[in-house]
Amino acid sequence: MELKIVSLYPRDMNIYGDRGNLLSLVRRARAHGITPEVVEVNVGDPLPDDVDIIIGGGGQDSGQERVARDLLGRGAELRGLAEEGLPMLLICGLYQLFGHRFVTGSSSEIPGIGVFDIETRAGSERMIGNVVVDSEEFGQIIGYENHSGNTVLGDESVPLGKVLQGSGNNTVDGTEGARTRNAIGSYLHGSLLPKNPAISDFLIRVAMERKYGAFTPREIDDTVALRARASAKKRPR
Amino acid sequence: MRDFLSAVVGKAVRVLARLRGGGSALPGLVVERIDPGFIARALSTLPLGVVAVSGTNGKTTTTKMIVEMLEDQGLKVFTNRTGSNFSRGVVAAIVGECSLSGKLHADVAVLELDEAHAMYFIDRVQPRFTLLLNVLRDQLDRFGEIDTTANYLQRIADATSDEVIVNREDRHIATIGERTRQRAEPTGAPRVREFGLVNDLLSTFPGDDDFYAGSADPAPSDSERPDVDVVLTALGKRTATFRIAGEAYETPLLLEGLYNTYNAAAALSTVRAVFDAAADTYRAPTTEQLLDSLAQVRPAFGRGERLELDGQPLELVLVKNPAGFKLGLASFDAADTGVMIAINDQYADGRDMSWLWDVEFDSLREGGVAVVTGTRAWDMALRLEHDDVEFGVVEEDLSRALAAFRASTHGQPRRIYCTYTAMLGLRKRLSELTNVEEI
Repeated sequence: MELKIVSLYPRDMNIYGDRGNLLSLVRRARAHGITPEVVEVNVGDPLPDDVDIIIGGGGQDSGQERVARDLLGRGAELRGLAEEGLPMLLICGLYQLFGHRFVTGSSSEIPGIGVFDIETRAGSERMIGNVVVDSEEFGQIIGYENHSGNTVLGDESVPLGKVLQGSGNNTVDGTEGARTRNAIGSYLHGSLLPKNPAISDFLIRVAMERKYGAFTPREIDDTVALRARASAKKRPR
Repeated sequence: MRDFLSAVVGKAVRVLARLRGGGSALPGLVVERIDPGFIARALSTLPLGVVAVSGTNGKTTTTKMIVEMLEDQGLKVFTNRTGSNFSRGVVAAIVGECSLSGKLHADVAVLELDEAHAMYFIDRVQPRFTLLLNVLRDQLDRFGEIDTTANYLQRIADATSDEVIVNREDRHIATIGERTRQRAEPTGAPRVREFGLVNDLLSTFPGDDDFYAGSADPAPSDSERPDVDVVLTALGKRTATFRIAGEAYETPLLLEGLYNTYNAAAALSTVRAVFDAAADTYRAPTTEQLLDSLAQVRPAFGRGERLELDGQPLELVLVKNPAGFKLGLASFDAADTGVMIAINDQYADGRDMSWLWDVEFDSLREGGVAVVTGTRAWDMALRLEHDDVEFGVVEEDLSRALAAFRASTHGQPRRIYCTYTAMLGLRKRLSELTNVEEI
């Protein structure tokens, strides 16, 4: 059993340890008895047509501008894949660009590809610190945020969860992240997947069911991840 | 009269603060309040002015090298030695060393400046020389973006009167050098001087941009790159070869670690800039004399510092960001050495631990890690697990961790990779067990 994982724009969108998500997903897949294949897709590279999972991270503002134009060219393709139910995980910068638009500080607009029904505006306040999120599907999600964009959700996307500690999508409504079908967007770094194996398992399960019709997870020893979650949760904002 | 008052008040506060125990920056704070111009006036009397050292990594060690090289050549140097690199720390240090008339008896000041606090400093004091080391992925929880940090460093360069010394191998710093050169074209000031590496060593010193394969265009060959003031051309075991003004020199070093050796190139270039500017009043040392001075410099505390514990060497290696950790791991031979990793996430360490995921720990796989400690010990353990590096004890408490490390690595040389506050905490505990230089 094999899964093809696309790492989207690792050259430009890789800040705050987002590479850890790929590392963790690959390790988790192996632990479930799956052979993962990773394909890096940078600006100008073709997207493989048999992709099973897509993950991507955040970057500097300069990196974000570089990938925004390339991403627009893939908009229809990625929206189609999301509508078919392809599992995706997009963190911070790519989460924003997978929404409708990013409105910068000078009120100019960077158009997004609209996989998520969200809109982001540059804010003056930087939201930084340890975050705990309550989610129905994944239980508590634990990570670290570092962003100034304020994201607001429309009706087509639901939040990933409710913020128990930290800011999340914005400073107002207490939501964090977005879900559209099997695509997940989130501001949490930390890195997210190593400390939140439930999300890795979700991405793997959906991908396996889409490809092979069924998935039998294996029992995995999560002792260290559980301890890391507990200690991160105790840390001050 | 004003200088006298500020100096006296500052010294009085200093005495009182000492009596109450602690508060080393307090006199600085008080004098800043009552006399914001004090720092500028005190420093403006120095014949060779102010040398500012900034960048994300290596400020403390590089400042120490510059100071000790200048002192060894007979200059009297004022510096903020304990790494209290905020403005009030500098003022407090001046208060401590100046005469009652507020006069600082020194030839030159060499000051380590924190990137953000340097903005406050340069509003008051114009550095004559500025050394810019690097912009690494560090303290992003404070500044948000690497680009923000680079902008701070640009402003220090813009405030410098005589010469800016830049690391040509750091993309951000090289750009600052380029901009400064363009801006200086009509007047010729400030000048720009560069230090660098030969191509063969570039891969040994990865910048943040180099973590991801394929990002680099094919580099021009060494002969295609213009020669610069000081180039590190080869690394040996406790030796280094530098090309200085086109000539090759091999020198022994007490400093260990790749970063320290490259920082030595930065320090050499900076000291050369100072003596070039002072050619009328001070006899410039020969390159051999400068290298003799450099060879005697010991690492700053916690930066590859060597202690002795149970009759075996113990090394403390400060790690603050992925590039630094990566270099730390590459700098030291892992064979037959007991390893402990201590990761704290206090404010001074940086709260965000995400960067641990940008470091590869494969080099520790063979020997494993005996103990993992610090407030984020379990995050570190999780990171090691992902690289299939085995670890022994995970213990958040530093004292208990140190005891476990001592027991499990008895009779072995030891090395501790630690974040800043973990390093301070461990040094304090180690000082009860062995000789630790006071800071």
